[in-house]
Amino acid sequence: MPNYSWPPMSTRKAIGQRLSRHDGIEKSTGRAKYNSDLNKPGMLQSALLTSPYAHARVRSIDVSAAEKAPGVTAVRVIAPAGTELQWQSQEIAVVAAATEPQARDAVRLIKIDYEVLPHVVREEDISKVGNRAKPAGEQLTGDPDKAFKEADVVNEGHYGIPVLTHCCLESHGQVVQWNGDQVNYWPSTQNVSGIGGDLAKNIELPATAIKVHQDHIGGGFGSKFGSDRWGVEGAKLSKASGGRPVKTFLDRATELNIAGNRPSAYAKIKMGAKKDGTIIAWESTSWATGGMGGGAMPPIPYVITNIPNRRLNHSAVATNGGPLRAWRAPNHPQASFLTCAAVEDLAAKLGMDPIEVFVKNIEYAPEPRRESYIYQFKKAAELSEWSKRWHRRGDSGSGPVKRGLGVGICSWGGAGHASTCNAKINPDGSVDIELGSQDLGTGTRTIIAQVAAETLGLPVNAVKVKLGDNALPPSNGSGGSTTVGGVSSSTRIATVNALDKLFEKVAPSLNTTADKLEAVGGKIQVKGDPAKSLTWAAACRKLGTQSISEQGQNNPRNPLGLNTQGVAGVQIADVSVDVETGVVKMNRMVAVQDCGLVVNPKLAESQVAGACIMSICGALMEERVMDQQTGRVLNPDMEFYKLAGAADIGEIIVHMDLREELDKRGVIGLGEPPTVGGVAAIANAVANAIGVRVPIIPLTPDRVLRALEERRSA
Amino acid sequence: MQAFEYASPTSVKEAIGMLSSQWGEADILAGGTDLLALMKEYIHTPKRVINIKGIKELGGIAKTAAGLRIGATVTLDELTENAAVRTEYPSLHQAAMGVSSPQIRNMGTVGGDLCQRPRCWYFRGGHGILGQENGKSLAVDGENRYHAIFPKSQAYYVNASSLAPALIALGAKAKIAGPNGNREVPVEQLFVVPSNNSGRELSLAANEILTEIVVPSARGVKNATYEVRQKEALDWPLVTASVAIKMKGSSVASARVVLGHVGPTPVVATEAEQMLAGKSLTQDVATEAGKSAVNGAQPMSGNAYKVQLARVAVKRALLEAAKARG
Ligand SMILES: Cc1cc2nc3c(=O)[nH]c(=O)nc-3n(C[C@H](O)[C@H](O)[C@H](O)COP(=O)(O)OP(=O)(O)OC[C@H]3O[C@@H](n4cnc5c(N)ncnc54)[C@H](O)[C@@H]3O)c2cc1C
Ligand code: SF4
Repeated sequence: MPNYSWPPMSTRKAIGQRLSRHDGIEKSTGRAKYNSDLNKPGMLQSALLTSPYAHARVRSIDVSAAEKAPGVTAVRVIAPAGTELQWQSQEIAVVAAATEPQARDAVRLIKIDYEVLPHVVREEDISKVGNRAKPAGEQLTGDPDKAFKEADVVNEGHYGIPVLTHCCLESHGQVVQWNGDQVNYWPSTQNVSGIGGDLAKNIELPATAIKVHQDHIGGGFGSKFGSDRWGVEGAKLSKASGGRPVKTFLDRATELNIAGNRPSAYAKIKMGAKKDGTIIAWESTSWATGGMGGGAMPPIPYVITNIPNRRLNHSAVATNGGPLRAWRAPNHPQASFLTCAAVEDLAAKLGMDPIEVFVKNIEYAPEPRRESYIYQFKKAAELSEWSKRWHRRGDSGSGPVKRGLGVGICSWGGAGHASTCNAKINPDGSVDIELGSQDLGTGTRTIIAQVAAETLGLPVNAVKVKLGDNALPPSNGSGGSTTVGGVSSSTRIATVNALDKLFEKVAPSLNTTADKLEAVGGKIQVKGDPAKSLTWAAACRKLGTQSISEQGQNNPRNPLGLNTQGVAGVQIADVSVDVETGVVKMNRMVAVQDCGLVVNPKLAESQVAGACIMSICGALMEERVMDQQTGRVLNPDMEFYKLAGAADIGEIIVHMDLREELDKRGVIGLGEPPTVGGVAAIANAVANAIGVRVPIIPLTPDRVLRALEERRSA
Repeated sequence: MQAFEYASPTSVKEAIGMLSSQWGEADILAGGTDLLALMKEYIHTPKRVINIKGIKELGGIAKTAAGLRIGATVTLDELTENAAVRTEYPSLHQAAMGVSSPQIRNMGTVGGDLCQRPRCWYFRGGHGILGQENGKSLAVDGENRYHAIFPKSQAYYVNASSLAPALIALGAKAKIAGPNGNREVPVEQLFVVPSNNSGRELSLAANEILTEIVVPSARGVKNATYEVRQKEALDWPLVTASVAIKMKGSSVASARVVLGHVGPTPVVATEAEQMLAGKSLTQDVATEAGKSAVNGAQPMSGNAYKVQLARVAVKRALLEAAKARG
């Protein structure tokens, strides 16, 4: 077997370069076309009729007037009479028409009679959800009752983090054309190779009948893997409209209501510790919702999982809201917040620095990452000037603006997914790298080019990368931070294989054998002997008319040491809180993160910076607001579903942990881990600044002022 | 959005002729930053839309004997760029800058800011201006974190205009043109409380146009606006306070204190105004004025924090004004 392993750190040329992403200019100038920008000849527009109620039964539905409306080509009923609708904006019917206004007008002509049923849409107060809470059964380890008696300090707190939505700037949807026995499908997806099969299943065609294409995606965050109801119905509308292409992209309100959410997590947590900070007991009662399926227990205690005595109870609360979907590190930000907030409160009660408490208890973390955390705490402390700026709870300075620091941690897997790459070396010297993968804006195209260039000894811009089509060799969907490991490994293997073929071809003209050759600096040469060489172009000309075309596969069960899993990260937030107004401002966010071998540190840093921004939004602003009276979402818009702008972010300092011993582990995914610890860090920083815990996220002025008020009256 | 007829008249008279005496028939279009959203949500379904941006006489900012004349279609951006506004009316400048997106300031107009409809999520969700279901205001038992702490009769929404408190504090007048000629009212009197769920919150008739605002000279008047905002980018203030103070030596001769985003109309804090007279603008006096300003507030389940924000906004606006020359 050829040697596929990564070249050692010191000899790398293309890997490790801080290149800007290849599609950066295209995107920032608006030249990049997203599938929501598509405008095909003869294309129809569609509009959905969705439920105005959180819970209702369709008594009757009459689409006859809509069918006759101007421009309408097809109407499909999704929820026929008798259907029980379980959340607001659940799909009921869909109309295709020549223009979008016509489709929307037609939707308004659909006559529907609802039997309105009782709903529950709020879960933060579990005493009010009745039989909607389903206890999962107690998990017991050790003897928590005894341990709490032996503890020197016991702290109890309650904490909560609400339902968020993904808020993809390009909403969910597609253009789809079902013509005869072929379907052309232009979705907004994280799953180019797999989504065609999903659609095929739902419209009873073979997967090979579906041609999928997507160059760019405007955000997915875990919510864009399947073909969805609107994809299936879009295809059927196209068929019913004589095979014309049909465009469906959700409007903002529908997007926020039904295209996925991150489940909430609320918990009462009790922790017991010895005077020296050793944690000996944990007890939690938690609950969560992400719609009718409830919400699972976040993995608590997070990272310091193996606290010897633990009692955990969790209930999944079924609420009449749109269903949850994976959201950038499912359940981890919630777990990190619940755990780190409880640890910080305990540390305050112990009179200790929370970092000290984490380090003291680090043996409760999984073995391989303990040392990383200790290193990262140190590094993050240094970058945030922790020793100078951290203080005991409550900034004692004068004036209404209080400053504080707080810490949060993360862990993640991130092993490479199954991926196949085809590497072509052409007689004219050009190189094509092809994968049925997708670039979510993370820089996947760029890092693939870097890997190929590294193997072939070429400049990065000599490599052409083709992604985004299911005719290309398949790669798995981009979820779970699995893409970079998968595509870098398959690209490495494919390019090594292709290069070996080229070596065989040119070896005779250099009077040597293939195994004696190497590709460096745009040349094929005898190892260590630059005098015996051919330029890349001259070598490729030897191919005559035949390109080399070789595949490489990442097999997740045997990744050949190219990729692996398991990362650690530490984030520290530095905030200022105006205690007269409750307004929290970010001064600085420090993120220290490892992810094994980093193919492009610049892109890695921007991943982490983006994750920090998401954490700031989540900690300070984002929240799906439900109205129990009407059962509706009150802020399915970009006005009161608040997100940060540039002025709200403060300084972001990212430190990628590039130490050689981590590099040697191989490539590991990075998309998710840095989104995990930020909310915890910010919440802890606010507690540190104002001297009291604000228990419920987001930390809005009303909640901050209430926490201060409660302390005053306590 | 429902299909509509579109007109772009070039004179106020022509425009008035195109309006209807009934609400709901025709809508005036200025920058469209609010109207289009209302139409997309089917909250407004006008049969006719009348663009007034082509009417020259509605534009421009000019100094006149009566004060600064600001045309209704002057954009918020033009307002913030105007030298006289920057120097003489810092409170107005600060209020306009608080409309915190350059895109909205580029499109949104002064007339549109004053005439924009409330952002109450029950109103925008289709429950009428009073946000009612079965004759009951949903905000009372519902989600009212952004609602009024000074409700009036059945109105719990808040007036959304950031310019209004500043203009009222400065004693500005609004000029209105209608089929029976022109009239002039203090800006304060533009705002009313609708008597029913399909009523209107402006004193304008359906066939009247707000044509201009005249702000009297503020030479010698210390003025400032303080906004409490959760975030800097693209957001509404939670509470604002605009103040305008005439001094006599080192003490207050007369004061105007107006709160925004706390009631269905801008709230003139009369008690605070009276309390300030004769005092000098110290930290303690400003704090006292803040307290007086919220006397009589009636917060609901989720918005008591706005009482505190109003206190602080008044205090900080006064201290900011105290720093100003004039
Ligand atoms: C995200 C966001 C944040 C915002 N933040 C703020 C803020 O902090 N403070 C703030 O004050 N505003 C804020 N705004 C609102 C913005 O200022 C208004 O939308 C804008 O000023 C309206 O002006 P326009 O010219 O676009 O009005 P249009 O949308 O054209 O009209 C608005 C309404 O006024 C009527 N109208 C317009 N001109 C006249 C006239 N001359 N005579 C009679 N009726 C008229 C129209 O018929 C319509 O009903 C925000 C808006 C958004 C979307
Ligand atoms: S995102 Fe920018 S371009 Fe799009 S509507 Fe908002 S302001 Fe306009």
